Amino acid sequence: MSNFSVGFRSNGIVQVLDLKGELDAHTASELEAAIKKCQDDRQVQIVVNGENLMYISSAGLGVFMAYIEEVRECGGDIKIAALKPKVYNVFDLLGFPMLFDIMNTVSEAVDKFQQNGGENSQ
Amino acid sequence: MTVAQSVYKLTIPSSTRYLEDVRHFVELHALQADLNSAAVEQLKIAVDEACTNVIEHAYRGEGEHQIDIAVIIKPDRLTIRIRDEGDTFDVGEYEEPDIFEFARRHRKGGFGVHIMRRLMDQVEYRTKGKVNECCMTKYRNNSEQQV
Repeated sequence: MSNFSVGFRSNGIVQVLDLKGELDAHTASELEAAIKKCQDDRQVQIVVNGENLMYISSAGLGVFMAYIEEVRECGGDIKIAALKPKVYNVFDLLGFPMLFDIMNTVSEAVDKFQQNGGENSQ
Repeated sequence: MTVAQSVYKLTIPSSTRYLEDVRHFVELHALQADLNSAAVEQLKIAVDEACTNVIEHAYRGEGEHQIDIAVIIKPDRLTIRIRDEGDTFDVGEYEEPDIFEFARRHRKGGFGVHIMRRLMDQVEYRTKGKVNECCMTKYRNNSEQQV
């Protein structure tokens, strides 16, 4: 049984994906399915909440990498929030802070969408 | 000269459903060997990446094969050895990831070897007959470095 899950929350404008558990090559397809669902529902302002994300490997990072350009081309973004330090370090190892907004809290990430209309901050 | 060492072995089927078991196996023995928490996290990620590469590339996603994992503990180092009998990895063909280029190309994979090399002090690949072997070593005197 998978020890990874994705919860969905929305304030009508921003979709929050609550990640829980360990994200590796076995569970990455669940994150991918969640992002695809957001796209299908035209919810492209996405905040990924990492508060309960206990582990990530490159397979999980790869899902973000595969979808970020598509989401941005639709006028949205994927912002990442509340990562545990050991998980943030893996994102940092690949240079993710250069490509993604990574915020301390979900609220900050949601506010960032409202400040700049969903575009990335590069 | 004989160097004291302890060797712990695990064999898994070549399926990603066993990656969690491999991480826990390495974590258990790394903690017992008194490595610090940062080093333990690095080892978990590195073994995960290496086994994922075997599953997805050496065995092309076929789940009916075997992967042999060993944790070898010596006074000054911990080595993870992974053996498979799949396709050989040509390290010379590996392309270091450029995050912007990968995003433009919508690439999902290709970061694993880079992560292994960044997190471990030594990564070696060799092939003997049908058996491919990847050895990743973390030295104790470097294990204070944070991930």
